[in-house]
Amino acid sequence: MNSRVVILLALIWFPLTAYVMFRSALGALANYLLLPAIPSVIVLYVLALRSWRESWVAIVGVSLVSFWLLMAVAAPYLPLVDPNKPLVPFLAPGGVRHGILFLLGSDMRGRDVLSRTVWGCQRVLVWGITATSVAYAVGAGCGLIAGYLGGWWDEFVSFASNVLLSFPVMVLFILVLNLLGQSGFNIIIAVTCSSAPVIMRIVRGLALDAKSRDYIQAAQTRGEHPLWIMLVELLPNVRGPIIVDASLRLGYTTVAITTLTFLGLGLQPPDPDWGLMIKEAATAALLWKYSYMMIVPALSVSSLILGFNLIADGLREMSLRD
Amino acid sequence: MGNLIVRRVTQMLLIMLTVSLLLFAIFDSDQFREKAAVAELGGFGVATLSADDYHEWLEKKGLNEPFLARYGRWLESVLHGDMGQSIEKDIAVSVLLKESLTNTGILAFFVFLIMIPVSLTLGVLAGMNTGSPLDRVISIVAVLTTSIPQIATAVLLTVILALGLGWVPTKSAMADGWSFRGLPLLTLLLYDIGYLVRMTRAAMTEVMASQYIRTAVLKGLPYRRVILRHALRNALIVPVTLIFLELNGLLSQVVVVEVFFQYAGFGRMLFDAANFGDLQVLQAATLVAVCVAVGSQLLSDAAYVFLNPRVRFT
Repeated sequence: MNSRVVILLALIWFPLTAYVMFRSALGALANYLLLPAIPSVIVLYVLALRSWRESWVAIVGVSLVSFWLLMAVAAPYLPLVDPNKPLVPFLAPGGVRHGILFLLGSDMRGRDVLSRTVWGCQRVLVWGITATSVAYAVGAGCGLIAGYLGGWWDEFVSFASNVLLSFPVMVLFILVLNLLGQSGFNIIIAVTCSSAPVIMRIVRGLALDAKSRDYIQAAQTRGEHPLWIMLVELLPNVRGPIIVDASLRLGYTTVAITTLTFLGLGLQPPDPDWGLMIKEAATAALLWKYSYMMIVPALSVSSLILGFNLIADGLREMSLRD
Repeated sequence: MGNLIVRRVTQMLLIMLTVSLLLFAIFDSDQFREKAAVAELGGFGVATLSADDYHEWLEKKGLNEPFLARYGRWLESVLHGDMGQSIEKDIAVSVLLKESLTNTGILAFFVFLIMIPVSLTLGVLAGMNTGSPLDRVISIVAVLTTSIPQIATAVLLTVILALGLGWVPTKSAMADGWSFRGLPLLTLLLYDIGYLVRMTRAAMTEVMASQYIRTAVLKGLPYRRVILRHALRNALIVPVTLIFLELNGLLSQVVVVEVFFQYAGFGRMLFDAANFGDLQVLQAATLVAVCVAVGSQLLSDAAYVFLNPRVRFT
C-alpha cells in the first residue's frame, strides 16, 4: 500500500466520518464536506482496477465495494427525497406520487426505500470502517507487544484475549451493549472486544516469525528503540496477511452492525440503516406484496459483504501466486 | 499428548474462573443492580425508587456484604445447580434453561447431522481438482452463501419459501409440528455449510499440492487410493477441528435466527432476558454459553492432538 492510496483513503474516510458523526456541529460546511471524496473514490477504484487486473475475483469485489462507497459519499448530492420524511405509505416499486418517482417503492410509513437504502449505506460503512480500524489499532498493538516483547507481556495479553474469546460473539455484544448503553460509539467498543483478540493472535504470530529475521536483528544491533522497530520495521513488513484479514473483518463488522441494529441494540432510529429497515419491515409488513421492503436492504448488505469477501479472496490468491 | 490435554484443561479451568468473576462483577455493578431493583419492585418503581428504598432493598437482598464473600456464595450455589429465579416469568432459571436448551439442541443436532457429510464431501470434491468446473461452481456458491449474512438469508428464505410459495409458516411461534423448524434450520445450514466447504477445500488444495501426493501419483498408485488413503487423512484434520468450533459460532448465530423466526430457544431467551433486564437468566445463560464455547475449544484442541501424529508423538 503506497502513500497515494493512504491519502485517498483519508480523503474519503475523514470527511465521511465527520459528516455522519458530527453533522450538527459542522453547520453549513457539511454541505461541501463530501465533495472532494467523490473524485477520490473514483481515482481509488481506477487504481485498484489497474493493480489488481490479474484477479477477476478482486475486481468484482472492489467494484461492489466502490459502488457502495460512491453511494455513501454522494448521498447528499443525489436527487433523493428526505429518507425520514413520510410521504406515501405502501407504494409499490416504480410508482409515482406527488410528482416523485419511488423507484424502489415506499415503506409502511411512506418513506422512500431507495433513499433510505443509500443513506443507510453511509451509516453502515462509516461505523463499520471506524469500528474495524479501532479494533485493528488495539489488536495489532497488543499483538506486537505480545509477539515482539514476549515474556510476561505475552502471558498477560494472551490470557486476556483467551478470556474474551471464550464468549460467543453475540453474547459478548449483548453484554457490552447492555452494560454501556446502546449507541454507535459503544458498538465500536463491542466490536473491539470481539475482534481485537483475533487480530492480536494473527499479529502476534507474524511478529514471532519476523522477530528472528535478519532485518529485525540488524535494527536491534543499530540500537533502535523497540517501539520504532515494532511500528516502522516490523509492522509494514508483515502487512500482506493483515490486509487480507482486514478486508474479511470489514465484512464481519458490517454483518455485526446490521444484525445489532436489527436486534434493536445498535444505532438508534429514526435515521435509516439496513438492519433497521429489515426489522421494521419484518414486524409491520410481512406480506408477499410488501416483500421489497425487506429484500432491498437484505440484498444491499449481502452485496457489500460479498465485495469485502471477494477482495480478501482475490488478494490471497494473488499473494499465493507470486 | 496427555500432558498437552492436561495443560489445556487447567488453562480452561482458569479461564472459566476468570470469566465467572468477570460476569459476577459485571452483574454486580450499580447499573445492573439498580435495573434489578427496578424490575423486582415493579414497573411503577422506576420513577419513585429513592436512594433510601434502594439501600433498603440492597440490605434485604444481602447485597451489602463484601464483594468476595458474595462471589463465593454465588459460585457455590451455581455449582449446586441453583441459578436463581426468573423475574419475568417467575420460574426457576434452571427449568427455563433446560427447556430452551432442548429446543436449540434439536436445531443444532440437525445442523450438524446435515452439515458434516455435505460440506466435507463438497469441500473434498472441490479441492481435489482445483480449477475444474465442479470446483468453480462449488466455490462460487460457497462464497455466496457465506457472504450473505444470516439476517439477510432469513429475509430471503422467508420471502421465497413462506410468503411466496407458502410452504412453511413465517414465524416459528405460529405453528407446531415439524414445519416450524424448517426456516431456522435452513438459515443456519446455508451459512455453516458454505463456511465449512471453503475451509475443507482450502485444506484439500494445500494437501494436493504437497510433495508426498505428487510422489504417490508418480509412483503409479491408483488415483482413488491416493485420495482416500493419502490425501484425506491430512486434509480432514483442520475441518474436523473446525466442526467443534462451529458449536461456538452456532451460539452466536442462534440469537439472530431465533429472534427473527421467534423460535423459543436459547438465543431468544438470552436476548429477551437482556432486553427485559432479567439478570438471573442473563447471567446463567451467559455462563452456559461460555461453558459450551470453552468446552468446544477444548474438544477441538483434543481432536487436533488426536488426529495429527506430528503433535501426538512429540
